[in-house]
Amino acid sequence: MSEAVLLIGTKKGLWIGRSDAGREHWTLDGPHFEMQGVYSVGVDTRGDRPRLFAGGTSEHWGPAVFHSDDLGRSWDEPPEGSIGFPADAGASLERVWQIQPAPADQPGVVYAGAQPSSLWRSTDGGVTFELVRGLWDHPHRKDWGEGFGGQAIHTVLPHPTDPDRMSVAMSTGGVYQTEDGGRTWRPANHGIKAYFLPDPDPEFGQCVHKLAAHPDAPDRLYAQNHHGVYRSDDGGAIWKSIADGLPSDFGFPIVVHPHEPDTVYVFPLIADGNRIPTDAQCRVFRSRDAGATWEPLTKGLPDVPSYAPVLRDALCVDAGSPAGVYVGTRDGCVYASADAGDTWTEVARHLPDVLTIRAAVLS
Amino acid sequence: MTIQVKLPTVLRPFADGRERVEVEPSADATVGSVFATLERQHPALRRRLTDDQGTLRRHVNVFLGDDNIRDLDGLDTKLPDGAELLVLPSVAGG
Repeated sequence: MSEAVLLIGTKKGLWIGRSDAGREHWTLDGPHFEMQGVYSVGVDTRGDRPRLFAGGTSEHWGPAVFHSDDLGRSWDEPPEGSIGFPADAGASLERVWQIQPAPADQPGVVYAGAQPSSLWRSTDGGVTFELVRGLWDHPHRKDWGEGFGGQAIHTVLPHPTDPDRMSVAMSTGGVYQTEDGGRTWRPANHGIKAYFLPDPDPEFGQCVHKLAAHPDAPDRLYAQNHHGVYRSDDGGAIWKSIADGLPSDFGFPIVVHPHEPDTVYVFPLIADGNRIPTDAQCRVFRSRDAGATWEPLTKGLPDVPSYAPVLRDALCVDAGSPAGVYVGTRDGCVYASADAGDTWTEVARHLPDVLTIRAAVLS
Repeated sequence: MTIQVKLPTVLRPFADGRERVEVEPSADATVGSVFATLERQHPALRRRLTDDQGTLRRHVNVFLGDDNIRDLDGLDTKLPDGAELLVLPSVAGG
């Protein structure tokens, strides 16, 4: 029997939702990793059995990456840790912001994005990772800035068919891409504004909040920035605004429908200086034409005034059919849609701040 | 030379469940050399006390008697034979 799993990383631990494949009725268990901020979670569905990941940070005892091969009933990590900077790097791991399995034709390869801004590659299924030196040694690194949440690589987008190509996004710093398996990297931010810098059109230094892409349209990228929603149709060479039709161009997450490359979701906030939902309403906005037009999704989302933002990794889709869409808020609520966003149900309320969610339908 | 490291409950799972870990560093024992020995004996424990570069984590306190080692010589604090280090989390966080 197929089932669905929903990982909810919060400021004070991980909750795990379980459902049948219909994804209408969820049961939650948790917290796992009490008092740890779980900033990254992942589901690797490529192997014989799914592997779950959780990247936690204890304020006292530091960061760690755990994996589970029994759907979260037990967790493991190597004694030496999964991710640690070598002595000559002169840095210490502060937080893991992203855990991203590579495409299915690269079994065992898992990427991680971390703070301070660093990319990590695993070839043993995400148990141990090595620093991608080509990006760490980039001459721009000393000039990458620090956003409110810290300086981190928070998005890792492997190319779906070319293992040598990849995009990463960092705050601040912008989008960087490689075409040679990570040896060399170049910024890819042309057209993205950085109003907070003296030069609003810098080569790098933009504050991208999240990147998204669909495997069937790998040259099309979407980005939610610190004021700016953009699309690139040429693999990131040039970006153009798709914010018209949205109530605000500020927000954190952006995700693409698992089966429709033109369908994309965002959660607008009023502005940098007023980070609450537009019109004080909890609404996900959906475009089905690659950002030309947008519609608010409301059915089943709360119809009372809502002031809780959605963070960069707290909006996700699963690969079910119809697609599932999930959103977690900073006031500890999680809503799920089993019909691509048309209707929503409440999965959880009164959790700690939701930092990240990931969902998967398992066969 | 033997040094005892007394652990708070939350860290005991990283030391086979024990409240005290016995460490035998080199003759000129310091807090740092005790931690270096822990790296070999209990790497999962050491990682929670110090970061990738060996620096004591900000909210971890290590006491020698009644003295926080930050008020002594930090990781260079010399330890007499039979000393006991007490590890305690600081009162921090929300």
